[in-house]
Amino acid sequence: MNLNIDVKQPEERYSVMTLEGEVDAFTAPKLKEELLPLTEAENALVEVDLGGVNYMDSTGLGTFISALKSTKEHGSRMRLVQMEDRVYRLFKITGLTEIMEIDTSVRGGM
Amino acid sequence: MNTLRLDLENYRDLLAEYIRTKDERALYQAEQFSKQSMQQNISPEEIINVHLRSLQELYPELPDYILDSFDFLMETMMSYGLAYQEFQALREKQLELKSEISVAANMQKTLLSTTKPEIEGLDIGALSVPAKQMNGDYHHFVIDDEGSLGVAVADVIGKGVPAALCMSMIKYAMDSFPELRMDPKYILGSLNRVVERNVDSNMFITMMYGMYNTEDNTFSYASAGHEPGFYYHKERDEFEEISAPGLVLGVSPDSMYEQYQKQVDEGDMIVLLTDGVTECRKGDDFIEQEEILEVIREYKDLPSQEIVENVYKYFERLQDFQLRDDFTLIVLKRDV
Repeated sequence: MNLNIDVKQPEERYSVMTLEGEVDAFTAPKLKEELLPLTEAENALVEVDLGGVNYMDSTGLGTFISALKSTKEHGSRMRLVQMEDRVYRLFKITGLTEIMEIDTSVRGGM
Repeated sequence: MNTLRLDLENYRDLLAEYIRTKDERALYQAEQFSKQSMQQNISPEEIINVHLRSLQELYPELPDYILDSFDFLMETMMSYGLAYQEFQALREKQLELKSEISVAANMQKTLLSTTKPEIEGLDIGALSVPAKQMNGDYHHFVIDDEGSLGVAVADVIGKGVPAALCMSMIKYAMDSFPELRMDPKYILGSLNRVVERNVDSNMFITMMYGMYNTEDNTFSYASAGHEPGFYYHKERDEFEEISAPGLVLGVSPDSMYEQYQKQVDEGDMIVLLTDGVTECRKGDDFIEQEEILEVIREYKDLPSQEIVENVYKYFERLQDFQLRDDFTLIVLKRDV
């Protein structure tokens, strides 16, 4: 399967990344390449819209963990929105919901 | 006819025969000829050269422009020849790598091997099958000074060689813990510090650590973001999820883990697994938790080792015998 990555920058230091497809061992390197640089600017806010992601495996999680570490290092923020139930379960089991900014008020794919 | 060699005479005769008879047998010989040429590392332009010389012998009156065109063709084929040589070299290199990986896989097997202990009153079954050569799942049994059983099930994120190397680190960290009884929450806490300091930022490990106390038949456990297991109550004939909140190992240096305890009654069963089991796909669909439980329920009265083997066979069939992820399943059953 494929992953489409779309990045918009409505304001300076605010980017919105919209993902569509599967985040797995095959697509994660591409995601990492696009996502990490966005987190490297001080005070930047990166919003990742996961509404179109129907599957994520642990390699995908690893990419978000890298991004989280990078936000801490660079003083930026990352927010995940529109997560589908199946993907949310993965973040929940791994304890990542406790340390990541995840907007659960808007959930995708329900 | 068996000793086809790339000599002019042979090729010339074959060519002459084909031109005369248009016989398929000669074509077949040509095919054999090309296979043998490959084996002997004979380049395509050399074959063209042999073809040209055969033609010259068969038809001495060939016009110059035909001869010239062969020079042209030979030049054109040159880079094919080079590419083929390169291909051969890569193929040899690949064989070399393959054998190195299988040496590494064997080493991993030896390093990470764990013996399923025999404990009176507890029936243990364990099975771990890698999807590729190297296993990113890990399980470990240890019996402490007081006779309690420690059991760890872990999954390294990332697959293949890096995951396997990471697993060896975990194994050594666990071996270096003191022999004294340690609570699951402390074990996970110290492993987390080891992993956090030593792995790449996009790597992490999930682990469920349990301790079965054979004196009072309690099972204490803690989880670092690991796939929930199941607990089977014999009396109520019911499964429930065994889960504990906790962050995966290697993300945050000061993670704390909570520990839970269960009283295990006769005939009760603890099932620990990795997400290779729950992430199993049926075609494009994922398997539901109920289906896993149904399968376990079907075999629950067998000895533990037979339970894990039967469940594995079921999932293997479901995925057309092609595991997508490493598969690990452990069953601890208190004997009746």
